[in-house]
Amino acid sequence: MGVIDMPAESQIQETGKPIVNDFAFMVATKNGSGSQTSNMALVRALFKMGIPVNGKNLFPSNIKGLPTWYTIRVSKDGYTARRATTEIAIAFNESTAAEDIASLPSGGVCILPQEWNWGHTREDITYYEVPVKDTVKAFDIPTERREQVSNMVYVGVVARLFDIPLELTREALVDQFGGKEKPVTMNYQVIEAAYNWAAENLVKSDRFHFAPMDKTKGKIIITGNEAAALGALFGGVTVVAWYPITPSTSLVDAIIENRHLRTDPDTGKDTVAIMQAEDEIAAAGAIVGAGWAGARAMTATSGPGLSLMAEFAGLAYFAEIPIVIWDVTRMGPSTGLPTRTSQGDILFAYFIGHGDTRQICLLPGSVEECFEFGWHAFDLAEQFQTPVIVLSDLDLGMNNWMAEPFTYPDRPLNRGKVLDKAALEKFIAEKGEWYRYRDYDKDGVGYRTLPGTDHPRAAYFTRGTGHDDRAVYSERSDDWVENMARLHRKFENARGHVPQPVVDYDPSRKIGLISYGSNDPAVCEARDRLAAEGIETNYLRIRALPTTQAVHDFVMNHERVYVIENNFDGQLCQVLRIEVPEDTTHMRSLALGDGLPMTPKWIYENVKRYEDK
Amino acid sequence: MAANRTIGKINALGLTREDYKGGKSTLCPGCGHDSISNQIISVAYDVGLKQENVIKLSGIGCSSKTPAYFLGRSHAFNAIHGRMPSVATGATLANHDLVAIGVSGDGDSGSIGFGQFKHLIRRNVPMVYIIENNGVYGLTKGQFSATADAGQVLKYYGRNELPPIDLALEAIIGGATFVARSFSGHAEQVRSLLKAALAHRGTAVIDIISPCVTFNNTPTSSKSYDYGKAHEIALHEIELIPEGFVPEREEINIQDYEEGQIIEVEMHDGSYIRLKKVGPDHDPRSRVQAMELLEKAGTEQLFLTGLLYYEEPRPTLGETLNLTDTPLAHLPEHKLRPSKEALDKLMQGLM
Repeated sequence: MGVIDMPAESQIQETGKPIVNDFAFMVATKNGSGSQTSNMALVRALFKMGIPVNGKNLFPSNIKGLPTWYTIRVSKDGYTARRATTEIAIAFNESTAAEDIASLPSGGVCILPQEWNWGHTREDITYYEVPVKDTVKAFDIPTERREQVSNMVYVGVVARLFDIPLELTREALVDQFGGKEKPVTMNYQVIEAAYNWAAENLVKSDRFHFAPMDKTKGKIIITGNEAAALGALFGGVTVVAWYPITPSTSLVDAIIENRHLRTDPDTGKDTVAIMQAEDEIAAAGAIVGAGWAGARAMTATSGPGLSLMAEFAGLAYFAEIPIVIWDVTRMGPSTGLPTRTSQGDILFAYFIGHGDTRQICLLPGSVEECFEFGWHAFDLAEQFQTPVIVLSDLDLGMNNWMAEPFTYPDRPLNRGKVLDKAALEKFIAEKGEWYRYRDYDKDGVGYRTLPGTDHPRAAYFTRGTGHDDRAVYSERSDDWVENMARLHRKFENARGHVPQPVVDYDPSRKIGLISYGSNDPAVCEARDRLAAEGIETNYLRIRALPTTQAVHDFVMNHERVYVIENNFDGQLCQVLRIEVPEDTTHMRSLALGDGLPMTPKWIYENVKRYEDK
Repeated sequence: MAANRTIGKINALGLTREDYKGGKSTLCPGCGHDSISNQIISVAYDVGLKQENVIKLSGIGCSSKTPAYFLGRSHAFNAIHGRMPSVATGATLANHDLVAIGVSGDGDSGSIGFGQFKHLIRRNVPMVYIIENNGVYGLTKGQFSATADAGQVLKYYGRNELPPIDLALEAIIGGATFVARSFSGHAEQVRSLLKAALAHRGTAVIDIISPCVTFNNTPTSSKSYDYGKAHEIALHEIELIPEGFVPEREEINIQDYEEGQIIEVEMHDGSYIRLKKVGPDHDPRSRVQAMELLEKAGTEQLFLTGLLYYEEPRPTLGETLNLTDTPLAHLPEHKLRPSKEALDKLMQGLM
C-alpha cells in the first residue's frame, strides 16, 4: 500500500504546490459508533461548497465494534469513482491505526486522538493530534450519545485544517437531522469547539485544501436505493412484499419513509401495500399473486434472497405474470459477504427459473437510472407480462451519489394488454373468441384479464405446468413447443423495448470498452487517463438484457474489446458470448470481484497491460 | 340451456348448478377430494355466489389440482408447492373485493408450506382455506405426510414413527379466527361449514379429512373412509342463517334444547352461525376449550368434526395496512403516480 503506480491518481508527488479539491480521505472508526453521521456531515458540507464529492462506506457485517472505513473523495474534475489510495487518514480506531497510517502515501496526513499518545512512526507524513475526550467532556452530553458525538471532533478539525466554512457543517447537520434543533445543537457545539481548538493549537503543515466551486449547483445527493424507491412510488407500485436483507433493506425503508406520496388525500388511506414477509419465498409469492390480480408489485432483495425466489421467478415467467424484483447485489458465495459490493448475480438473474427461461434484466448505472428504472420496470413488466429484474449493487444502492434532479416520467403508465369487461366484450365481438395465451398480435404477448372481471368468459386457469394457448392443461408436445416458440418471440420482441445502451463511439478508435452498472464512473475516469497516454477507447454501457443490435455491432466493430465488470467469472462477458454468435476471441474479460467498488486505477492498469503487449 | 331451466333449478343469479362446475376431474375414482369439489359447487350454487368475483388458489398435489374441477367462471391459480398462501396474500392485497378460496393438502400446508400456512393465518388474509387432508402424498405415490398417524404402516415406506401434526390445532395457535374440521364423507357438514366460512371475514380454515383411495384407505388408517364413517363424532349441527332472516330465527323453539345446547355466533355481516349440540360439549367461542378439545382428540384418537373455533375477526391484512377502499388493482393513474410538483419538491429537499 501507499505505492502510487498510476501517475495521475494523486498529485502528491508534484512537490510544493497546494493540492486543491483533488484528493481523498479515509475515516477509520468502529462500526456502530455513529460515525456515519459525521461522515455524511462532511460529504454534505463539501457538496454545499460546490465541490464534486463522493462518499463510500466500506463496512463490515457487524452491528457494533468491528473496524469500518469511509472514504470521501473530492474531485474538481467531477470524478466520483473510488480511489485505491487516500492521502488523508482520520485514524479514529486504535485497532486499525497502524495499518491506516502505513497505508498513507508519502506526504500524506494523519489525524488521530491525542490521548492515544501514538507517537510519530513515520517522518514523511503530517500528524495532527486532537484531544477528542477533552473536547467532548466540556459539554453535557448524555452517555449513550457520547461516542457518536465524539466523531464530530474530526469534522471540526477537518473543517479548520482544509477550509470548510463552519456554517456549512451546521447546515449539513440541519439536513441530516431533518431540521431537528436538539441533535443539531448537540453535535454542532462539538464541531465548533474542535474547530476552535484546531485554530488555536494546530499549525497547518500539509498542502491539502478545499476551495469553493460551483459544480454542485442544482444537483442532488442521494443513494441508489432511495432513488429506486422514489422511482417505484412514481411508477405506481401498489404491492411491495419483502424480507430484510443487506444491501437492499434501505430500498424498502425508503418506500416506507416516502409512503406519504401515495396516501390518498381524499381518504387518508394508502394506495400502496407494504408487507414484510416471513422469507423471500413468501415475498416473491405475494408479488406474483398481486401481479396476477392487477397490482404493480415488487420486491427488493439480494443474492441469497434471489436464490430463494428462483422457483417463483420461473413460475412467473411461464405463467406470464408481471413482477419487478430489485436485486441489490452483494458478494457471493452462498450467503455471501453481505456488506461487500459485487456484480455477481447477472448470469443467475438472466436465466433464473428451471426450464428454458431468460428474464429481462435492467442494469442501472447511476442514481438517475435507479429512479428511471424504478418506474420503467413496471411498464416493461406489464407490457411483456413477465418478471423484470433490476440489478443494482451495494455501491450504487447504499452510497450517496451526486446527481441531476430526477426527470419526471415522460410517458403515462403502460399497463399492457389487459381486457376489462367492456374491452373483452368488444374483443370477443370482433374476433369471436378470446384465449389467454393466443398470439393475436404476433408479438408473443397475449391479452390478459384480471380476476374479478365481471364477464362469464373472463376467467382462465393460471398454471406453471403445461398448457395450450387457451390456458387449458396440456401435456401435448406440440402445445408446449408452440408455447415456447411464442415465449421466444416475446423475448426477442423485448430487445427493442428495453433501455438501449449508452455508447460513445468514434470509428477511428480500435479499442472498445463494455461495462455496466456502478462501474461507470471508474470506466469514464480510466478512459480519460488512458487517452492521456494515447490509448483512445470507445465505450458502451449496457443498460439491459437481452442485449440489442447496438451491442452486437459494438463488439464486432472493434479490434479489441474489454468487458469490465465486478465479479470473478466475467459473467457479462459470458452472456455476450452467447448473445453475439460470431467469433468473439477479440473480446477479453476484465473481471475483478474483490468486494470493493471498482477503481479507475485497476481498469487503467489492466487495459494498459494488454495494450502494451 | 335456458330452455332447460325450470323453477327451482336456478339460483338467485339465474344460474343452474351446472354453471358452477369446472372441468372433468382427473383424480382417482372415489377420491375424497372430488366429493369436496362437489360440495363447493353445491354451496356456490345454493348461496348464489358470483363466480366472477371468486379466485381459486392452490399449491401442488392432488388437492391442488381440484380448482380446475369447480367454478369454471372463476379465475384460478395453480401455484407452486406449499406457496399458495403467499400468492393468495398478494392477490387479496391487490384486490380485496375478491372472494378467495384456497385448496391445499397436508403435504402442501403441513410440510413444504407449513410456514406460509401459519403466516397467512397470522396476517388474517381474508379467504376460505381448505385442506384436503389424507395423510399421504399421492402424486409421488404414497409417502407419509406430516399428518399421518404415528405407527401407521404403508406399503413401500414402512412404519411412520413420528407424531402427526394437527393442522386445525396449528391454525388455532397461529391465530385463525375460524377453524373447522370435517370429513369428506360427511357432505352435509362440509357444505354448512363452507357456507359459514364464506361468510367469515378473515382466514377460515377447514381441515377436511379426505381419504386417498389409492394409497391410504385401509380401515386402520384414521384417514380412510371406513375409519371416518365408523368414528366421526360431529360436535354440532351447523347452519348459517343469512342476515335479516328473522322469521326462521323466531321459529326456533329454544325450549326444545337444554341450556348451552344451542350456540349462535353472529358474523360481521349480520348473518349468524347456529350450532345445535349433537356431540360432546364444546363452545367454539373459547380458544382454550378448542385447544383442549383437540389435545384430547389427539391423545384419545377421537375424530371430532365441526366448528372448532370461532372469534370475532381481527382486522384483515388489507385493513391493517390502511389500504384504500378502491382495490389497488382498480386505482386509476392519477392515484398511482404522484404529481410533478411532488417530485420537484422532493428534489429541492435533496439539493
